[in-house]
Amino acid sequence: MSEVILAAVGISKRFDALQASRDISLDLRRGEIHALIGPNGAGKSTLIQQIAGRLKPDAGRIVLEGRDVTALDTAERARLGIARTFQVSALAMEDTALQNVVLGVLGARGGAYRMWGNALARGSLRDRAEQAVARVGLTNMATTRASALSHGGRRQLEIAVALALDPKAFVMDEPMAGLGTSGSHDLTELLSGLRDEAPVLMVEHDMDAVFALADRISVLVSGEIIATGTVDEIRANSAVRRAYLGEEEGA
Amino acid sequence: MKRAWVANVALICMLPVVAIWASMADEPFIITLATKVAILALAGVGLNMALGQGGLVSLGHAAFFGIGGYAMGILASHAQSYTPLLEWPMLIEGSNSMPVIWLLALVSSGLAALVIGALSLRTNGVYFIMITLAFGQMFYYFSISWPAYGGEDGLAIYMRNGFPGLNTLVPLHFFGLAFAVLLVALALATLIGRSPFGLALNAARQSSERVETAGIRPYRLQLTVFVLSGMVTGLAGALFADLNRFVSPSMFSWQTSGEIMVFVILGGVARLCGPLAGAALFILLEQLLGGISDYWHIFLGALLLLIILFARGGVMGLIAGPGERAHV
Amino acid sequence: MSPVLIAEQVLNGVQSGVVLFLMAAGLTLVFGVMGLINLAHGSLFMVGAFAAAGVASATGSFLLGLVAALAAAAAAGALVEVLVLRRLYAREHLDQVLATFALILIFSEGVRWVFGSFPLFLDIPTALSGTVSLPGGILYSRYRLALIATGLVVALGLYLLIAHTRIGMQVRAGASDREMIAALGVDIGRLYTVVFALGAALAGLAGALVGAIQSVQVGMGEPVLILAFVVIVIGGIGSIKGAFIGALLVGLTDTLGRLFLPPLFALFMDSSAAATVGSSLASMSIYVLMAIVLVLKPSGLFGART
Repeated sequence: MSEVILAAVGISKRFDALQASRDISLDLRRGEIHALIGPNGAGKSTLIQQIAGRLKPDAGRIVLEGRDVTALDTAERARLGIARTFQVSALAMEDTALQNVVLGVLGARGGAYRMWGNALARGSLRDRAEQAVARVGLTNMATTRASALSHGGRRQLEIAVALALDPKAFVMDEPMAGLGTSGSHDLTELLSGLRDEAPVLMVEHDMDAVFALADRISVLVSGEIIATGTVDEIRANSAVRRAYLGEEEGA
Repeated sequence: MKRAWVANVALICMLPVVAIWASMADEPFIITLATKVAILALAGVGLNMALGQGGLVSLGHAAFFGIGGYAMGILASHAQSYTPLLEWPMLIEGSNSMPVIWLLALVSSGLAALVIGALSLRTNGVYFIMITLAFGQMFYYFSISWPAYGGEDGLAIYMRNGFPGLNTLVPLHFFGLAFAVLLVALALATLIGRSPFGLALNAARQSSERVETAGIRPYRLQLTVFVLSGMVTGLAGALFADLNRFVSPSMFSWQTSGEIMVFVILGGVARLCGPLAGAALFILLEQLLGGISDYWHIFLGALLLLIILFARGGVMGLIAGPGERAHV
Repeated sequence: MSPVLIAEQVLNGVQSGVVLFLMAAGLTLVFGVMGLINLAHGSLFMVGAFAAAGVASATGSFLLGLVAALAAAAAAGALVEVLVLRRLYAREHLDQVLATFALILIFSEGVRWVFGSFPLFLDIPTALSGTVSLPGGILYSRYRLALIATGLVVALGLYLLIAHTRIGMQVRAGASDREMIAALGVDIGRLYTVVFALGAALAGLAGALVGAIQSVQVGMGEPVLILAFVVIVIGGIGSIKGAFIGALLVGLTDTLGRLFLPPLFALFMDSSAAATVGSSLASMSIYVLMAIVLVLKPSGLFGART
């Protein structure tokens, strides 16, 4: 079994009457894409937010490369290498694609408080940013404002910012949401290659993408992980079929 | 972009041209007005750092303007009466040297901005507006109830403070000084705008989530710019007090905060020379409309309303065309 | 310091709290429902005071003055809402701040134009003049007591209105979900105008009630407005209950600070210095209270998460 990069250990979270996470343990290993699926309201977003640092779990730990990061906030976790992307793109919309990515490089390398020099001047900062922009195939759009990018373009840009962080792990919230067929095809290819740079934990509803990409799948129902396994194992799992597909039929 | 650049340069050059012309034509009042424009523009440049680049709608910048003013008033009044400001734990004498006064103005308004910013940036949006307004009002009431420096009546200083190598009593000299400070502040704002800090700050204004997930804390970026912004406005306060040779609690009033914001908006938010255009227009209107009617604030209010409802780019938006962002 | 004096000051604190509540309730309603920050709320307070003073001196009836205050402030509020503010609901807070700042300029100078710069006076009605003796030998102004009672009745009425009526339901729904309520077929434009006029009437009432204790003059509204902001920051935005508790806290802190801080400092400095330091610090006490709340609970005592 390959090395565990990021792990949630015994995570529980309650909002008033709702138990959003119930003793969840989950790990992300080097080189894999690990998909988190489950019906709406199962607690996927809550879990992602606890892993990325926006929410604090009531109990349990988040561990990155053996280091307990539970007490750290989003920004600190990002600096340590948890790179998150959002379901609804969170970008500086007035800024160009390149500027957005430079922000990621600044976060990873420090220097966000430097008040002199041009942020976009030639140099290692810009080189790294351009490299990330190229990696996601946005080179032609580097000087386009984020607001003028297509939906798929913004997704690619989010991934470029995440790449610029030199991450240890990607945490992605529905990267395929709202993309057309060709858009999700392109993104599937991009994501597939990413696992070699850092493992990817992703919440996703697009089952074609999940089955095409995931090395392992975890199924979350009512705040609990009911199964974790390979694509074939999950397909064959009776509890999953009952809970998950049953829910789908009802919906 | 070119048009914006030309507009900026033209605007910046206009002020000294007017002042020099007025000096040759022996119109000291016009020089005083030009000086007032430069100083108020400086206050606006300060606010615009927080407002335009940081997106922080501070309605409490009168606090810093007033602190700068009282830094001048307090030091100069002690120098005037030959009494030390403080004897314990160390002897601090008053001063009538502008560099010393400016230093105190920068330090004290920076500290105030640090405290006010640290508290009010715990919230955002409409809370931030209300809290900054309230802290500004706190200084207002404090200055009224503290009798040592004139209380409600304010504090008059008989001689304008000095600056090495200049005769500040000559209107053109004092104008030159204020204008030079304005230029330095504009240069600083430009430098910051295009720097990595400016990029991160502008991103934080647009999406604090983006900045956080890039590993940078928006709170610290915003607090940093709030302190810088308060310091620049504080320096403007010290100069303003020297222009009038008078400080009073009205420098702390909410109207002052509102007016500083009006300079920025009349000119155009987040535009380098917006505050200068706005302050110039404000003084021009004050002189023109104020001459016609005692109630000129009605017209100012109506104009402001029209600009907000229908011409959101402000004056610089009309002159320089849309879409100048300092760091692009 | 006698217990009677303290009791009297507590009542004064409650009285100023009640006035702040009337202001803050309107502000917080308007913010909660329309998402608008309205700096011109203080102008409506002033309009109410001027209308009351003008009508009362013309007719000799305080009651007619009150009615005029409510009507004038509500009408001014509705007018401003229809002409200006409804264009701003979808705008940034910055635009709202500036537009309502512009409205303050227009209102203040307009009132100065009509009434002149000299303050007006609104006489306390004879039925409410003098003092009443309360249990414990406390003599207290009958008018201020009536003011407190009025405020409490309005607070109760507001609570019932919002918790138990159709329009209250729309207000609560509007605060949480604008699209939803529009989809239910409520005329949202009219709802907004009504809510705004209601808030304006409360401000006008506050102005009229206060007008009989202090002079009625241009600029009287903004200091109260800013205190009402402090109340909202403390109580939590959008919450009537928060506005009520916050208003009482601010009213009491201010009055009792002025009462207790000077003698407190007299314990360890000479009395004239203590009076100076004490009263200067008392002028800051409510802002210190606000700072404490911000440190402990940034969203206010009863605020939803921002």
